[in-house]
Amino acid sequence: MIRFLLDGEIVEIDGADPTDTVLDYLRYTLRRTGTKEGCAEGDCGACTVLLGEVAGDGVEWRAVNACILFLPMLDGKALRTVESLGGTHPVQKELVERHGSQCGFCTPGFVMSLYGRCIGAAGTRGVPVGDVIAGNLCRCTGYGPILAAGEAVPATADPDDGTLAALRTLRPAYRHPASADELADLLLAHPETRIVAGATDVGLWVTKQHRDLGPIVFIGDIAELRQMGESPDALTLGAAVRYSEAREPLARLHPDLGELVRRIGGVQVRNAGTIGGNIANGSPIGDMPPALIALGAELTLRRGAERRTIPLEDFFLSYGKQDLAPGEFVESVRIPRPSPDMLVRVVKLSKRFDSDISSVCGAFALHIADGLVTQARIAFGGMAGVPARAPHCEAALTGKAWTQASVEAAAQALTHDYDPLDDLRGSAAYRRTVAANLLRRIWAEQGEPVSVLHG
Amino acid sequence: MADWAVHRPLPHDSADLHVAGAAAYVDDLPEPPGVLHLAFGHAADGHATLLSLDLDAVRAAPGVVAVFTAADIPGENNVGPVVHDETLLAEGEILYPGQPLFLVAATSTRAARRAARLGKAAVEPRSALVTIADARAAGSEIQETQIMARGQADASLGTASHRLAGTLEMGGQEHFYLEGQAALAVPGEQGQLHILSSTQHPSEIQHLAAKLLERSHAEIVVEVRRMGGAFGGKETQAAAFALACALAAAKTGRPAKFRADRDDDMIATGKRHDFVVDYDVGFDGGGRIAAIRIELASRCGATADLSPAINDRAMFHADNCYYLPAVEIVSHRLKTHTVSNTAFRGFGGPQGMMAIERVMDAIAAQLGRDPLDVRRVNLYGPGRDVTPYHMQITDNVAPELIDELAERAGYAARRTEVEAFNAAHNVLKKGLALTPVKFGISFTTTHLNQAGALVLVYADGSIHLNHGGTEMGQGLHVKIAQVVADVFGVPIDTVKVSSTRTDKVPNTSATAASSGADLNGMAAKNAAETIRKRLDAFAATDPDSANWAFPELCRRAHLNRISLAATGYYATPDIHYDRAAHRGRPFLYFAYGAALSEVVIDTLTGEHKVLAVDILHDVGRSLNPAIDLGQIEGGFIQGMGWLTTEELVYDARGRLLTHAPSTYKIPTANDRPARMEIAIWESGRNAEPTIHRSKAVGEPPLMLAISVFSALTQAVAAAAPGKGLPKLDAPATPERILAALGELRARNG
Repeated sequence: MIRFLLDGEIVEIDGADPTDTVLDYLRYTLRRTGTKEGCAEGDCGACTVLLGEVAGDGVEWRAVNACILFLPMLDGKALRTVESLGGTHPVQKELVERHGSQCGFCTPGFVMSLYGRCIGAAGTRGVPVGDVIAGNLCRCTGYGPILAAGEAVPATADPDDGTLAALRTLRPAYRHPASADELADLLLAHPETRIVAGATDVGLWVTKQHRDLGPIVFIGDIAELRQMGESPDALTLGAAVRYSEAREPLARLHPDLGELVRRIGGVQVRNAGTIGGNIANGSPIGDMPPALIALGAELTLRRGAERRTIPLEDFFLSYGKQDLAPGEFVESVRIPRPSPDMLVRVVKLSKRFDSDISSVCGAFALHIADGLVTQARIAFGGMAGVPARAPHCEAALTGKAWTQASVEAAAQALTHDYDPLDDLRGSAAYRRTVAANLLRRIWAEQGEPVSVLHG
Repeated sequence: MADWAVHRPLPHDSADLHVAGAAAYVDDLPEPPGVLHLAFGHAADGHATLLSLDLDAVRAAPGVVAVFTAADIPGENNVGPVVHDETLLAEGEILYPGQPLFLVAATSTRAARRAARLGKAAVEPRSALVTIADARAAGSEIQETQIMARGQADASLGTASHRLAGTLEMGGQEHFYLEGQAALAVPGEQGQLHILSSTQHPSEIQHLAAKLLERSHAEIVVEVRRMGGAFGGKETQAAAFALACALAAAKTGRPAKFRADRDDDMIATGKRHDFVVDYDVGFDGGGRIAAIRIELASRCGATADLSPAINDRAMFHADNCYYLPAVEIVSHRLKTHTVSNTAFRGFGGPQGMMAIERVMDAIAAQLGRDPLDVRRVNLYGPGRDVTPYHMQITDNVAPELIDELAERAGYAARRTEVEAFNAAHNVLKKGLALTPVKFGISFTTTHLNQAGALVLVYADGSIHLNHGGTEMGQGLHVKIAQVVADVFGVPIDTVKVSSTRTDKVPNTSATAASSGADLNGMAAKNAAETIRKRLDAFAATDPDSANWAFPELCRRAHLNRISLAATGYYATPDIHYDRAAHRGRPFLYFAYGAALSEVVIDTLTGEHKVLAVDILHDVGRSLNPAIDLGQIEGGFIQGMGWLTTEELVYDARGRLLTHAPSTYKIPTANDRPARMEIAIWESGRNAEPTIHRSKAVGEPPLMLAISVFSALTQAVAAAAPGKGLPKLDAPATPERILAALGELRARNG
């Protein structure tokens, strides 16, 4: 049984396939057809809905893509769809007045994203409108009127419509593991169980690949896995911490990490996807690992009561293969805080700036003391089947003077570190050239602006 | 009647519904009881002989009710619009990857899609022609090469004081309408069928479905309330999905619905044609063209679809705003083993225009001149006003419009600023370009330039309007309601526009070629005026009539047995075209515009950003300035996507690798330039007596984005001054920008 709140009413679903999506349920069971399917993979935002949970004294809302949200992920939560707004919310009025809809198909998704920003939903506070709607595609308007509508609507407190009280008394009904211990036991007994955290990757296995996932377990609400620990030495992220939650702490480690998170998916994806899931699935298209590897992150894996901690780079064995034993799961990742004398750069290259997957992602962590590179950790994504360090390049810099000549030598050394492939995101030749250029750009950056985003 | 409806910035008639999530698209309608859900089984690989299909596992899959192959089609197995060369379900030969082989009808969409993956096709793979070069080498064509010429290009090329040649490649473009292809067919009595389709061309679906099922046109009704975007992608390509529903409904007697999965949609439906352009141009020291030969080659895909007309339109626009004294335009229409390319906003025009704009940049680079100066000296003007297809240009406003934009956007000062920036920066380089647009308005297939409308005035004074055009977001319905409201002098909300239906207005043309408001607006005006005249004549019989409000007039007219319904019709006058000779007047008029774009590139990564855009666009006397501004901005951003981030990647067998938004990147909100100044040209009036002297606006603004590509070319050139024109191809992805830089720097000199 799944139990959730929809516009103040308790909805109970019995006997659902746990991989049925919230979108299909809304559209074809409840006939709430305002929420649209544009892609069924979390890349267009036409299906944006808000999920609410109790957080402290209020309800924390977050925009998510209903197309890759499985029904059990609603359990114990509140749901708002475009129909919940009644058609007269200021966001809706502004969109009409500013001619923000043309074909209208993407519009409900934009309404929900902008409404989320209006009520301070997760990942939107203090965030420019353009970033809030970067996960919503519109093919008609060119976005101008939508951006203007978003700017025109002031942030307001979410009027208490009784959701908080109702959520406090709502009893979750789905059998989630209640704790990390329960999860560990379950996985030990049933190692074939598929772990689902945010479903931003696994969701597509269902909607696109039509795979039968077998037994699955949802870990998105396990309290221990949702913990973040921030200390002067390091940031520790539980496996179920979502991107949007980790963004600010990561940005405090280094601004480039915050910027990297900004460019992973849209708000809706970052409000569901977890960094633990990104690592655990060994997705070759995950952008966090190169950055975390460069910073010396360590992964804690757990199997039953046993834990082991390994350098993150050792987890990725080969394309699609991770160092994960049956019954073992990713529990947390610890990222050391870069020291003030460390030069950190993380650069993501992609065809489109927002919500795209990198062709190359380069991460550099260089200790430079008295004009000398004392330590260099350099990692790339998109250059091999797995995110990996660049030992030749690191060696070419380590112990050398921080000069243009050293940088050039290190850039040349990258040739020996990777043998990238041609694929739809870029050719091997481009990847080689640009990987080396990213290092050269760090040098150039000392004298002039280098980024088209901030130039 | 103080508030006339036309020329006012009224909101889209469905705007309130859009924002509330209450606007219904095909898949939002209540499903009729017993509805079947459909999915195609697609060819996994490309060109092959289809030996047999093993569909046992499909039939046995949970939820499957029926499976159909070509053998189950009672009539003609065809979805091809002009040439009947495209099957609904493959027979004998697989022409391209993703081609529908069989059709599954099941109790749920998921069941249908899962089952469709279980089909096994026994095939004998055959060699595949995938690229333009492959097809050219093999002489594989959809249609024979076409030549449009005026003057003696070859001779004049030989005597020109300057001459250069070059090549430009440009990729295709996926429509990425947010609402995927969708249709629902409901069987009626006596073999009749009602098809709801997300299509720009209900009549064509009616006709194709009739042939498929061996029925008469009158037995099939096709209805379209609205589309969630189309952009040309639902002009012909909606037919397969609608006909699949028709087939399943006819065979099972149950309603049948098809909503295509995004990936399947992208794989199995056509796109904008990719082109390779070769040019050879002779010019004088001032950059003025003396002669030019332009060779256009496009990938048409496996079947004809609309490729002949699309390539014709590319030829028609290879002059853009420029007089070409001696010209030969050669057009190769290549047949490949890839999905059949189709209509997309601009319909070949953008590709032709890209060719000549590249030539302008090439001449400027060769002479070391400001590209805008080169553009200006080549503009059509007095005594230089005949197109390569021998049509005299009589409405040329490009020079005026360019001057006004250059002035208001500060072109000269900004060019100096960009030069200063480039002198001071090594990694980042800026580029600036101002390019004009002249786009011919009318279907170039002359008989399509007709439209019908049906206006019903009720005895309470309310008005119901039907016309042949479809609503895909472009605001057609509100514009035409404005026209009708003005005929009667009533408030706009008196006029209700419902869905487009083949049983209200017959034999319609596609809503395409930017012609929707021009054609249907005139037809609706004509219908409304017929009733208006009857009402006026009736009112004249009663001296009190001046005191009657419109509802009172209608009530009395009804009581006096005056007909309050009328059809209207319009056929574009004065156009003619001799296709064989490529001579005539294919267009009633031209729509003009100009854009100035400023970009910055990162010479180490190839990344770029469009910083600022200024647009001045001519919509004649706008029917609805708000709607028109939306078309201008949306068209520009869509064109910018085509030329920058949107890249279609195919493998060696012609399989599309970028078939979802995860891999195919249309612009997001942050790609919109931070500074975007768009203005409708205040002086704009249509020289032709079009509907309220307005001009078509659907397609032309897309080509304003060529300024972005030109600016990027300038930015790359700035990284290696004096080395000439970079070989930048489109889309200008970071990889292509970096490659162009590399090639430029490696040049001698």
